[in-house]
Amino acid sequence: MTEASTISLLESRGLTVRFGGLLALNELDIDVRHGEVLGLIGPNGSGKTTFLNVISGVYSASAGSIKLDGVDITTASAQNLSNHGLARTFQRSRLCLPLSVFDNIALGAQKRLDSGLWHNLVRRKSFAAETRAIAAEARELLYVFNPSLADKLFEPAISLGMIDRRRVEICRALIGKPKLVLLDEPSAGMTHDETDQVVDEILGIRKSLGGLTIIIVEHEMGLIERVTDRCVVLNYGKKICEGRFRDVAADPVVREAYLGQS
Amino acid sequence: MTGLSAPKPAAVWPLIASVAFAAAALTTLVLIENQKLLGLTLAGIAAICFAAARFGGVAATEAAASQNPWLLRGLITIAAMAVLYVLRDDNFGLLMVATVLIYATVCIGLTIQMGYTGLTNFAAAAFVGTGGYTAAMLGQKGGLPDPLVLIGGGLVAVFIGSLLILPVLRTRGHYAALTTLAFGVMFNVFLDANELLGGPQGLKIPGINLFGWDFSSDLQILGITFSFYVNYVILTGVLTALAMILAGLLDKSWIGVWLDVVRLDETAASVFGLRIGYWKILAFTLGNFLAGLMGAVYAKMTGFIAPSNFTFGDSLVMVSIVILGGIGNRWGVLPAALIVVLLPEKLQFIQEYRLLLYAILVIVILIMRPDGLVARRVRTLRMEARP
Repeated sequence: MTEASTISLLESRGLTVRFGGLLALNELDIDVRHGEVLGLIGPNGSGKTTFLNVISGVYSASAGSIKLDGVDITTASAQNLSNHGLARTFQRSRLCLPLSVFDNIALGAQKRLDSGLWHNLVRRKSFAAETRAIAAEARELLYVFNPSLADKLFEPAISLGMIDRRRVEICRALIGKPKLVLLDEPSAGMTHDETDQVVDEILGIRKSLGGLTIIIVEHEMGLIERVTDRCVVLNYGKKICEGRFRDVAADPVVREAYLGQS
Repeated sequence: MTGLSAPKPAAVWPLIASVAFAAAALTTLVLIENQKLLGLTLAGIAAICFAAARFGGVAATEAAASQNPWLLRGLITIAAMAVLYVLRDDNFGLLMVATVLIYATVCIGLTIQMGYTGLTNFAAAAFVGTGGYTAAMLGQKGGLPDPLVLIGGGLVAVFIGSLLILPVLRTRGHYAALTTLAFGVMFNVFLDANELLGGPQGLKIPGINLFGWDFSSDLQILGITFSFYVNYVILTGVLTALAMILAGLLDKSWIGVWLDVVRLDETAASVFGLRIGYWKILAFTLGNFLAGLMGAVYAKMTGFIAPSNFTFGDSLVMVSIVILGGIGNRWGVLPAALIVVLLPEKLQFIQEYRLLLYAILVIVILIMRPDGLVARRVRTLRMEARP
């Protein structure tokens, strides 16, 4: 595992999210350091995915603040956050299944692409040049994951198996060259072996990109142990423990949260 | 790495055969009067289309068309001229062809709205009507050249549509559909009650005059006399072709991808930075412009419009053309508009039962081909991405 620096890339202070009477996140202070892989764990309903949703702008915070690389993003919309260098995957695959793998990945590069009417409808040569560049990049990324996937660039996403869909989703997040990637349960819907494979690929790609910062939400503890530098444990929307996985796993408060009081 | 190499050059003869077949089928359907022959012809066309799809003829045509876009355009032009020559003095037939083209163009606009962006629009006839009434009012005042009148029809439809944008952006799915439906009904009530717009009696409108080209007089080319309706068929044909090119370019561009993503998954769209409102407004505007423009042409062609031309039922007919053709596939609106517009006219001999028969036919087609006559293909930007 790489040594993470101590400067925070993401900083949440007193972050609170309320859904009516339900306190989904309760005054959460979380720091994510540059270049680290932070695991977010906790029992079902503890607020892990809510945390990802609020920092990626899908939900808005009821109170508190979030800073990304020193910029306050608490009230930023989901659209603007991708411009701030944030990308994510979803617990349930959110690929556009009727579209090709290429179209799905191009969405991740949206902010770099020219969406102007003139460029798209009239200057077809420069549009084609842009398409070629993105296709080459997408192919390169897919190749790292699975060489045979690179040949399926123009196949519809619906024709892929679960593991390849997950790979495409991760490529879609990575092609925008984000500062921070949020992975929401990358193992969901996959077998143990498939999960292992994808984890190896994520670690490999992280090495080749040179210190990408990742927040990963996961139930599969083996995966958390292998990939994270640090873990934050949530329960009922509150942070109950923080530290290396080994230490966190041995903490009596964490054990109680997972297994109940004995 | 594979996937980038140029595809095998496809033979061009299936494309030539398909365009010739389409032109022949169109002409025959328009000319035919005898009901037995009509039934036989329809069955024959259906059988040939089925066989072509079954034995790879359609795929071969598509491959040839996508590799030789200029050949396709040339063939369509030649076929169109041949159809015009054969139908040159059949006023009713030419009026039918122009009407089919008007419906098809409005439905290309609906394809951009519904098929690409997922904005259900149950007020298409109201936007067509807006264009028609704009042309009528501008014609009464006089002074404005007709090209501007036609474009004005489109622009006023866009303006009226912009009043609907707020509710359309704030609602989704069935609710957005309901908003447009309510607007369509309101529009009709407004027309009926408005004395200035002629009320239920409607308005008369003079024909088109484009830069001295008078659409109301017969056309003489190389000593052959063409009915004056040929003017309208040429104009609507050109507009259909332009709308087709616009929709095709949109589809094969980033804009087409973004519109699809907005339709399929708004959460993913916004997380990756798409401005959902902007893309919905763009699609809504383009579609309404086409509807208004064609409404103005329709009004000038028929010379008379009334509220009963632009009812909710007409909006439904337009939506059903889009669905029957294969939602999201711009080519599908051509055969679908032909069936929906022409059949009820051709089936006059069974009087009121014609709508029943026509409705049964539409249902049967959708049972046989649930994705429409020409189902939408997965977009590939493979050709664009080729080095």
